[in-house]
Amino acid sequence: MAETAKLLGTKGSPYSHRAEVALRLKEANFEFLHEDLAHKSDMLLRYNPIHKKIPVLVHGEKSIVESLIVVEYVDEAFDGYAILPSDPYERAMARFWARYIDEKVIPAFWMSCWTDGEMQKGFIAQAKETLTTLEGQLKGKKFFGGDSIGFVDLAAGMVAFWFGILQEVAGINLLNEEDYPVLCRWADDYCSIEPVKESLLDRKLLVAHFASKKEKIFATKAPVYD
Amino acid sequence: MEEAKGEEVTLFGFWSSPFVHRVTWALNIKKIKYKYVEEDLCNKSDLLLEHNPVYKKVPVLVYNGKAIAESLIILEFIEETWKENSIMPQDPYEKAIARFWATAAGDGLWQFFITEGKEREEALASVINNFELLEKELIGKNFFGGDRIGYLDISVGWISYGVPIFEEITEFKIITEEKFPLLHAWMEAFSSSEFVKDTLPPREKLSERYRKVREAIIQKKN
Repeated sequence: MAETAKLLGTKGSPYSHRAEVALRLKEANFEFLHEDLAHKSDMLLRYNPIHKKIPVLVHGEKSIVESLIVVEYVDEAFDGYAILPSDPYERAMARFWARYIDEKVIPAFWMSCWTDGEMQKGFIAQAKETLTTLEGQLKGKKFFGGDSIGFVDLAAGMVAFWFGILQEVAGINLLNEEDYPVLCRWADDYCSIEPVKESLLDRKLLVAHFASKKEKIFATKAPVYD
Repeated sequence: MEEAKGEEVTLFGFWSSPFVHRVTWALNIKKIKYKYVEEDLCNKSDLLLEHNPVYKKVPVLVYNGKAIAESLIILEFIEETWKENSIMPQDPYEKAIARFWATAAGDGLWQFFITEGKEREEALASVINNFELLEKELIGKNFFGGDRIGYLDISVGWISYGVPIFEEITEFKIITEEKFPLLHAWMEAFSSSEFVKDTLPPREKLSERYRKVREAIIQKKN
């Protein structure tokens, strides 16, 4: 399909980031439509009536939602760069670890940032365990995808760029070079990849954004990505 | 049955798990010969823990020594490894829709089942909303997969035997022929399909299990 795709998202969201990087890796023709999540557009509500969330990929008259589903769609619908491997077992492993990041790594880290006392200690212990497990998956490789970035790297984009920012704002020090040398090295390498760089906001801006929302996030535990 | 050409397929499962059932149905449709290992979830085998160290759960599919966990991931692995009797749509957009509903279809159902009062009402609203959209996916089709059972039918198949049990225990009917004619017909067609009908756990036994789980959760809250 030579039609220009539209990506409804926000630069502040790691989920939107996954979709954007996938499109950039494919050198796809797409238009980034920035959503103001406090005032959701008619387009967003029309194309994602169930969850009303970003990212949403609109391709032709079709809309695809849920960041990892969008990435798989982009991989299958557009030619060029292979985001997922071709071997069925390797594909299953990629999907498994992407899911692990969403189900375990991100929630534990997020809650470590925005809780305190005994609760925070518990989440920090969990976060450390999940980061160790994730780091183990790099086992001698440059990226989770091997020599070049793939599905799991995109899924872990939040770890690479957002985790450092969140912990700085929250005043904790979980993901550091001393404890996670391999993961930190990977994070630097990931963020240096051209299509990734193009999709990331200036770090200072993102720090300021989360710092300004800190109290709200602490109270609700809900993310505020725009 | 496709005799694995020197292939070894083992499924670690538990009789009542809807996640395990998904894998069983896919293996049946693909006519794959496999060995089944029933796990005691209160006393998990060393083999299961070795094959799924991250989650320590069933189902786990072991194929020629390689272990795959997470039911929906296993479904896609099965589709990609055994090419005959395809269960996934070919079109990328159709795949995306199927993948979306595979996880979204159940949103709110468990909450509906284990809560009471206002919480339950909210969960029910979410369930009905989802089912209304799911109903639309069946327009002009016998199954979500079209003429034949596919990935989405398999993924949401547990609705066909699970929802009636939930309805009985909570004394509230959600999927009526009147409100959801297509979904209602689909439930009947799916559960009586040759690939499914002999795999379902005994209804009384399953119902008793869910009843106990619900009681325990509600008691704990109160």
